[in-house]
Amino acid sequence: MNLTLKVWRQKGAADPGHFETFQPKGIVEDMSFLEMLDVVNEELIEAGKEPIAFDHDCREGICGTCSLVINGKPHGGQKATTACQLHMRKFGKWDTITIEPWRAKAFPVVKDLVVDRSAFDRIIQKGGFVSVGTGGAPDANCLPISKEVSDEAMDAAQCIGCGACVAACKNASAMLFVSAKVSHMNLLPQGKPEADRRVKNMVRQMDEEGFGACTVTGSCEAVCPKEISLNFITKMNRDYGCAILKG
Amino acid sequence: MKLDANIPSGPLAQKWEKHKFDLKLVNPANKRKFKVIVVGSGLAGSSAAATLAELGYNVKCFCYQDSPRRAHSIAAQGGINAAKNYQNDGDSVHRLFYDTIKGGDFRAREANVHRLAEVSGSIIDQCVAQGVPFAREYGGLLDNRSFGGAQVSRTFYARGQTGQQLLLGAYSALSRQIGLGKVEMYPRTEMLDVVMVKGHAKGIITRNMQTGKIERHAGDAVIMATGGYGNVFYLSTNAVGCNVTATFRAHKRGAAFANPCYTQIHPTCIPVSGDHQSKLTLMSESLRNDGRVWVPKNKADCGKAAHQISESDRDYYLERKYPSFGNLAPRDIASRAAKEVCDEGRGVGPGGLGVYLDFADAIQRLGEDMIRERYGNLFDMYERITGESAYKQPMRIFPAVHYTMGGLWVDYNLMSSMPGLFVLGEANFSDHGANRLGASALMQGLADGYFVIPYTIAHYFASEEKNCPSTDHPAFDEAEANVRGIVETLLKANGKRTVRSFHREVGKLVWENCGMARSKKSLSEALKRIPELRAEFWENVNVPGSGDDMNQALEYAGRVADYMEFAELLCTDALKREESCGGHFRVEHQFTDKDPEVKNGYTNEGEAKRNDDKFAYVAAWEYTGPNKKWKLHKEPLKYEEVKMSTRSYK
Ligand SMILES: Cc1cc2nc3c(=O)[nH]c(=O)nc-3n(C[C@H](O)[C@H](O)[C@H](O)COP(=O)(O)OP(=O)(O)OC[C@H]3O[C@@H](n4cnc5c(N)ncnc54)[C@H](O)[C@@H]3O)c2cc1C
Ligand code: FES
Repeated sequence: MNLTLKVWRQKGAADPGHFETFQPKGIVEDMSFLEMLDVVNEELIEAGKEPIAFDHDCREGICGTCSLVINGKPHGGQKATTACQLHMRKFGKWDTITIEPWRAKAFPVVKDLVVDRSAFDRIIQKGGFVSVGTGGAPDANCLPISKEVSDEAMDAAQCIGCGACVAACKNASAMLFVSAKVSHMNLLPQGKPEADRRVKNMVRQMDEEGFGACTVTGSCEAVCPKEISLNFITKMNRDYGCAILKG
Repeated sequence: MKLDANIPSGPLAQKWEKHKFDLKLVNPANKRKFKVIVVGSGLAGSSAAATLAELGYNVKCFCYQDSPRRAHSIAAQGGINAAKNYQNDGDSVHRLFYDTIKGGDFRAREANVHRLAEVSGSIIDQCVAQGVPFAREYGGLLDNRSFGGAQVSRTFYARGQTGQQLLLGAYSALSRQIGLGKVEMYPRTEMLDVVMVKGHAKGIITRNMQTGKIERHAGDAVIMATGGYGNVFYLSTNAVGCNVTATFRAHKRGAAFANPCYTQIHPTCIPVSGDHQSKLTLMSESLRNDGRVWVPKNKADCGKAAHQISESDRDYYLERKYPSFGNLAPRDIASRAAKEVCDEGRGVGPGGLGVYLDFADAIQRLGEDMIRERYGNLFDMYERITGESAYKQPMRIFPAVHYTMGGLWVDYNLMSSMPGLFVLGEANFSDHGANRLGASALMQGLADGYFVIPYTIAHYFASEEKNCPSTDHPAFDEAEANVRGIVETLLKANGKRTVRSFHREVGKLVWENCGMARSKKSLSEALKRIPELRAEFWENVNVPGSGDDMNQALEYAGRVADYMEFAELLCTDALKREESCGGHFRVEHQFTDKDPEVKNGYTNEGEAKRNDDKFAYVAAWEYTGPNKKWKLHKEPLKYEEVKMSTRSYK
């Protein structure tokens, strides 16, 4: 393939950043997108230059580490696919591809394509759990949970916390992420006792981190590699409203 | 070095109960005076950090990812075992214990494995209480499936993302403690050395991967839960950041490394597509519940499309060779069988390095929708990577490195040979012998973290004089200087070759010479070549950038530097172990048609042949210095309950 890449380079949070253009050789269609970047980096290192920093780990779509905006779309726009699972056969031989980091105030750039997503961890720390210590749990089958409820909780729990939803949103809202965690927990009987506190505390932290407001454009759902549904946002709004009314 | 496994006395089934009573306690008010360092935030690390913090200890937890939730445990797909016997199909603690011992080819420690089986049920209880959405039946109770090496259904699962859900459970418990201020979390932080004070592990040296800052952390004890070393092979199903650095640097400080040659090759992975390949992707073992493995009977058919090969021309070799376990034969056996048919020239796909995993029968029997519900996400992943649909044509699979049974040696209390250093999860060697059964790693990681370490670490604290040194102690100066030395040497080498090219080369070397089949010749060759390659690495590696900010090439270089040494230990152990067992297959030691076990039909020609008289021991290696030979210590494996026998899955 004869690609032209326009890659965002930024030394650190204080650096304004710029695009750099590459025309890598030896790219073939069976490569994954990250393997393509590996090739670019090998060339750079051999030329004595600093490779492009980008985040990745599992390379199989589950850890949520990779975080590239490809041609303007978080993860590149293939349905239900993270950047690490995207393959070059989806691109044209002569394509020009732009690669940028997640862009959001709450996700400052660390270097090149790497951003700081610790805001997500801080939101979870405010209530994304059931307060049970180790030991003393009753037998797992003491608590039958209907398959429908359990499946719906699992639909929400599948979120990989990558942050594509924030990157896609014009307001950089984190509602899809937060609502997935709140819904996973609040749907299950185990999560009910803390349901009100959870949603209030997590939403408060979300606002403090500087994420924007949700105007339900649905761009988050469209790019979510785990296809987390917008319905969870509706559900969280309901949970939140009820919790506030209860005081 | 003296190794004492500290196995409690008494009947096997009562050892853990008795031991828990014998272990000393730390009173609740005193717990907050102890600082515990936990390196790793996978299932083992997160569960340990959260549980110890709940008990009142002060915990610092470290991981190299940007969030503890991204540890490699997240990638586990298939499930977690527990002896709940919810299916009423004959399971029990004893059966899970026995299956694990047998699956491990009689090279695991009985007492540890029994404890693992005993606590397995509590793990499921704990996870459900946390809100882990395991699969359920319409009646609302938990569902189970079966996994390789077992004839009962004891595997709990959450779609194809069991590891993710279990880790998110442990991460939620950890997050709660971080929020409460009981755990200080250090993401994007790499541990690069262990600090020893008066013979005890009392701290670590880390590098902040975002700022490059090298830092000191002191504690009353250090827990390492840093996962496996599969990436020494370059290509594996592990996350690309998985490494041997933490355990190997502890090893260099005095912790014995046990059974490094026990590596697991998983039979069902997506085959390599070219040189650019950076990692291999697992297709969960659960697929073997419904998929049938086959290759053409005749070489001549290998080039044809699968549907052009008639039923009578297919060799369902697992069903043929292992009628009672069939496609669910254990991993080591299924992998070797795949290698064998490919060696015979009957492999399919590019380079003949693949076999079919066919769902046509299951689709006909259960309907495409049912298969989609069970495995939809795996089929989608397969299609994304290969561009082929497994609903329409059989998957192509091939074995790949997946898990490492070897690890730092630990005693029954999970303490390494370095006092004060505890090792949990895949990083230790303790429970799986020479081969791990599917769905048992998640069980072990959580058993270690939730239910073992809280007891045993208290005993250590209560038995030793309290001593958490200041980070000004000279031992910290020395360890920090060591770390700085490594970083600077790598940056200054200014050579011509990239780190990746070295990693690829050493990985290929160990895969070819110490992979699925090993021989004296191949291992000796590797042992000759590795030191040469290592010398070249230090002279000719090219690491651009500086140490003062994020530098991924530098991080990678440090890891590969450790593989360069570790590879030698791996091959040394494999050469020494002149038998075949589990994942360690020495071509010189296999059953032939002359053996009575083959003649009487108990096992097949070509199966692994153990030598219990000479090798029923744990090989614990002591580091003796740079470019020096390791020293072997043997921990004999004494079986009180189980009789060692030749494994047969026929
Ligand atoms: C694709 C795949 C599927 C699997 N499926 C199953 C399954 O279905 N069932 C099953 O039982 N098992 C399965 N396994 C095995 C299982 O997932 C692992 O053995 C297990 O999760 C390991 O957990 P751990 O906590 O020991 O280590 P990990 O989860 O690997 O965590 C290691 C931690 O250590 C940290 N770390 C490592 N090095 C350093 C360092 N130098 N400094 C600081 N931190 C460091 C990492 O950041 C991470 O937090 C699977 C494995 C793979 C690869
Ligand atoms: S690298 Fe793990 S999801 Fe992409």
